[in-house]
Amino acid sequence: MLTNRKLVVIVVEAALEKRLSKDVISQGAKGFTITHANGLGPRNQRAGDLEGGNIKLETVVSDEIATKIMELLSTNYFPHYACSAWMSDVQILRDARY
Amino acid sequence: MDILSVAVQNLTSAPVLAFALGLLAAAVKTDLRLPEPIYQGISIYLLLGIGIKGGVALSNAEFAEVGMPILGTLLLGVTIPVLAFFMLKFMKKLSVVDRGALAAHYGSTSLVTFTAAIIFYESISISVEGYLTTLLAILEIPGIIVGLMLASRGLRREVSWGESLREILTGRSIFLLAGGLAIGFLTKSTGFARIEDFFVVLFPGVLTLFLLELGIVAGRRLSDLKSAGFGLVIFGIGFPLLAGALGVLTGHLTGLSLGGAATLGVLSASASYIAAPAAVRLALPEASPGIYLTASLGITFPFNLTLGIPIMLELSRFLESAGF
Repeated sequence: MLTNRKLVVIVVEAALEKRLSKDVISQGAKGFTITHANGLGPRNQRAGDLEGGNIKLETVVSDEIATKIMELLSTNYFPHYACSAWMSDVQILRDARY
Repeated sequence: MDILSVAVQNLTSAPVLAFALGLLAAAVKTDLRLPEPIYQGISIYLLLGIGIKGGVALSNAEFAEVGMPILGTLLLGVTIPVLAFFMLKFMKKLSVVDRGALAAHYGSTSLVTFTAAIIFYESISISVEGYLTTLLAILEIPGIIVGLMLASRGLRREVSWGESLREILTGRSIFLLAGGLAIGFLTKSTGFARIEDFFVVLFPGVLTLFLLELGIVAGRRLSDLKSAGFGLVIFGIGFPLLAGALGVLTGHLTGLSLGGAATLGVLSASASYIAAPAAVRLALPEASPGIYLTASLGITFPFNLTLGIPIMLELSRFLESAGF
């Protein structure tokens, strides 16, 4: 009864929270979880300390949507923003939710 | 009082010393930071408090008295970023987008610099028209928009105007300032008397705490100065003097008092480091935060806080004695 899905995790500067949320949904994700995140990246170029570090967005989606999200990140986020993303295989219950 | 003793008095005021302590904390790399929720809470308190006080003053002012300063401020809001954009041409290594980003920051204003100026002027018995807060709210927006427009000339793509404008207009600063102005305007002096202790008596103390945090944040930016280059330091100090002088002059020409004109000068001299960076990051990702944040937060903000505030006052005195 377990189904395979992809877990996509995106860490990006907090200024982009609204934009990323909209983009992820527009690519077909049905939901996501956002938490605040701190850390260090290879470039370490940030818009500012004032408006709160990074956010980490996690979403569980189908393979196809995961690829679409990654493609969108490559064109719109990676070139200019401090952004990391990765995906992994997960098993879920209630596959209609994802 | 001569300029030197005014400057010393400003430098030894508690808020400025707390800022210096913050710089020191960053320099020796302590782990001191104001906890995020407290920082957020304090910034809401400052914005709302400034807004309400301005609104009360606005309710006591005649329209005829406020009209000209508002017009003058709008003019400054458009002129200053254009001036910054073209003056930055002398820095050859800056791209058009970086120049536009800087123009957006210097066209907009810094609430904390403004607040520190008002508190300092009042502490040496120089009164400032309360409705200057209205001018702060007015000056905050056009500079960012003009800066983004100038920068977009260097882009091969469309700027996401909708998103950036929404960010500017619905951002916390403008919302709370405008909301505070409305509250103050409606509640008038009688209603304000009931909350005065919280928003007036405590205000300088809370500002002191806030400046400690800003000192830490600005101190971290100082390490970027080397890579930013000498030209940026010159601009970060020279441009506020020029824009500030324009502001003081505009203040006198539109009928503001000695303190009011000096405060408009401080407003014009100050550069944004909260509203503008957020909007610029969304609209101009190509612009380097290492340049615009270092300039506004690492150079111009400390300069204005320590020397700019007394200098604008002296300039205002000078213009007044010259008959403006």
